[in-house]
Amino acid sequence: MSESVQLQPGLKGLVADWSSDQRAFKGVPWGKAMMWIFLLSDTFVFSCFLVAYMSVRMTTMVEWPNPSEVFALEAFGTPVPLLLIAIMTFILITSSGTMAMAVKFGYEKNRNVTFWLLIITALLGASFVGMQAFEWTKLIQEGVRPWSNPMGAPQFGAAFFMITGFHGTHVTFGVIFLIIIAIKVRRGDFDHERPGFMTGRKGRYEMVETMGLYWHFVDLVWVFIFAFFYLW
Amino acid sequence: MSETTAHDAVDFAPPAEVGEMELYHAKTWIGKYVWSQDAKVIAIQYGITAIAIGLVALVLSVIMRLQLGFPNTFSFIDPSNYIQFVTMHGMIMVVYLLTALFLGGFGNYLIPLMVGARDMVFPYLNMISYWVYLAAVLILVASFFVPGGATGAGWTLYPPQAITEGTPGSDGGIILMLLSLGVFIIGFTMGGLNYVVTVLQARTRGMSLMRMPLTVWGIFVATILALLAFPALLVSAIMMLLDKLIGTSFFMPAMVSLGEQTAYDGGSPILFQHLFWFFGHPEVYIVALPAFGIVSDLLSTHARKAIFGYRMMVWAIVAIGGLSFIVWAHHMYVSGMNPYFGFFFATTTLIIAVPTALKVYNWVLTLWRGNIRLNVPMLFAIGFVFTFINGGLTGLFLGNVTVDLPLSDTYFVIAHFHMVMAVSPVLVIFGAIYHWYPKITGRMYDDGLAKVHFWLTFLGTYAIYYPMHYLGLEGIPRRYFAYGDTAFMSESSQDLNAAITIAAIVVALAQLFFIYNMIVSYFRGKKADPNPWEATTLEWQTADNPPKHGNFGPELPAVYRWAYDFGVPGAADDYIPQNVPPKDVKKA
Repeated sequence: MSESVQLQPGLKGLVADWSSDQRAFKGVPWGKAMMWIFLLSDTFVFSCFLVAYMSVRMTTMVEWPNPSEVFALEAFGTPVPLLLIAIMTFILITSSGTMAMAVKFGYEKNRNVTFWLLIITALLGASFVGMQAFEWTKLIQEGVRPWSNPMGAPQFGAAFFMITGFHGTHVTFGVIFLIIIAIKVRRGDFDHERPGFMTGRKGRYEMVETMGLYWHFVDLVWVFIFAFFYLW
Repeated sequence: MSETTAHDAVDFAPPAEVGEMELYHAKTWIGKYVWSQDAKVIAIQYGITAIAIGLVALVLSVIMRLQLGFPNTFSFIDPSNYIQFVTMHGMIMVVYLLTALFLGGFGNYLIPLMVGARDMVFPYLNMISYWVYLAAVLILVASFFVPGGATGAGWTLYPPQAITEGTPGSDGGIILMLLSLGVFIIGFTMGGLNYVVTVLQARTRGMSLMRMPLTVWGIFVATILALLAFPALLVSAIMMLLDKLIGTSFFMPAMVSLGEQTAYDGGSPILFQHLFWFFGHPEVYIVALPAFGIVSDLLSTHARKAIFGYRMMVWAIVAIGGLSFIVWAHHMYVSGMNPYFGFFFATTTLIIAVPTALKVYNWVLTLWRGNIRLNVPMLFAIGFVFTFINGGLTGLFLGNVTVDLPLSDTYFVIAHFHMVMAVSPVLVIFGAIYHWYPKITGRMYDDGLAKVHFWLTFLGTYAIYYPMHYLGLEGIPRRYFAYGDTAFMSESSQDLNAAITIAAIVVALAQLFFIYNMIVSYFRGKKADPNPWEATTLEWQTADNPPKHGNFGPELPAVYRWAYDFGVPGAADDYIPQNVPPKDVKKA
């Protein structure tokens, strides 16, 4: 038998390829495979949240508040619909860009640039959470509560605080881990593959990419929350 | 290729693709056995915890049976207690015993050994997974002791009654229950990611997915199901906690409770049922698929015959796993959902019978003309096949909307799901524990005691659940504390209930044989052969018995064949282990 086995055409070959020796995903490190599977699981969490939100929005008998009015912000004397949320979305998507660049420079083993890009990503993420806190404060001051709100269906406040809160928690954890990874990069743990800051395992630059997967996921989830909450 | 005609054996194992794993070898006793990062120790921790909490649930079920068999006899059971015991019995058995034991217990022990890995890929995460699970169990146990006691909402925890005053345990009990479930899910996710990545990315040389023992396939697919199904439970638990604690109205409609209008308004109780069963139905297969896999290996090994239709067995596991996500609403035929839903879900439910029946046929055909050795694990495996067919057939009744409607919420349902997802998996668990006991402890169990345990358990469960079918067909509703004089119930039904109770007590006591056997054999049992069943899979080929941390010797085994080379023509022995290359096979 030679090392390269000829694959049969069709389904059989596909199965043989997938079930092939030792690893189903060739060249994929364990941490990255784990992150993908975790994100798949997390996708189901957010899907359930969003489906639940749509479901209560359709079953409630009270009128749903108009998102263009609720989420409007006063600017230059006129209420601009979705102003804050547009800025927040722009910031989060920008942070995905800096994250992707951090991954690129990480693989190039460019320690300094990777570090700063990770820090910028973390700062953008933190400012997103800050603006979310601002938005929450504004809504709470207007009388929106998880159990009631002056504009209509009580489920509006409940679903809004629960889902954006859950997403905000994800972002916050992301920021914390971005900082940890940034420190690891800075210390050179990944260059020397030594066990370093807060772990006993050898560090590799692949961890930056694994971190990036999580960050892009949180970003992608936001797009759906944005669409279903603010545009519907 | 040698002259022996084996299934797919080749003399070649590809070179290693991944470097050796760094293992953290603990130096202290606490590091080795308490805060252990060794999957085998974690497996035993999971197993003992799950069995311990399972025994609590067993005692609860005996108390329930005492009340049903001999109503108005026991003063310590009042209606509130009774419904609390029903609830906790169900929840503990399904989630904290079966799920944890199959995935946390057998998954941890068998996956690394069977695929030829040193350990799980993330041992540290694996360790935390167990301790989080333990925390979930402790929170669950704590709920018995809060004011108002444990929740009495039924294991399905349907709102609005689950969190409405008047239901037992609607304050502290339900809060701790939901919290415990949330913690359990977090802990399970940590373990589950480990199992999946280990199977996908950390197999040894030559171990392709299509050479894996079916045990690993069953646990692998069940873990994926769990990772995708538990989110629905997590979300519903969070939402119900919010409803309870801060007064949101996700699941709570406007309603009057105890003569007062509640503050809730506009929620959807049906939404909870959908979310719950989107978890709940895959959960059935999270429990069943590992059982399917393990029983395939037990049957094959003890019948000395290759599993019939290996590839189809794999595909059936995958197909059942996929289909299990689109059948959930067959638990909700009486919930008042759109009738067209019922049509759709009845169809998908009956389609699941196809791959399931395929597996049953293949088990029977594996036994057909096999050289059957009636060891204790084999007895349990054959017992499983009988019980599973019984339970599966009543599933066909309940899967059809029109037949289900009159049977819904009767003892027929109890009989069905206990046969199919309680007794069947538990028989496999016993079989598997007896099967791997020599490997885990290095000693043999007492054969006589084990046989007594089997016959009492097997026949006893039939004495319990067969009569329940009749009760159900008579229309006797479930979850009732006492029935009193009701016109539609025949007079003899109470006698039947008493007989069931006696059988239940016998079965519960029979478990003492098991526990005694496990404990005493651990100290006094005779030393076991490293491969007492002459099995082919890698866990029986380890250098040490029981295997040490790191599982295998200095070099990982390479795999040259599938897991089922029994009775290969031309070979001297009737089995060839997976790590024997064709050129080394002894010729007859």
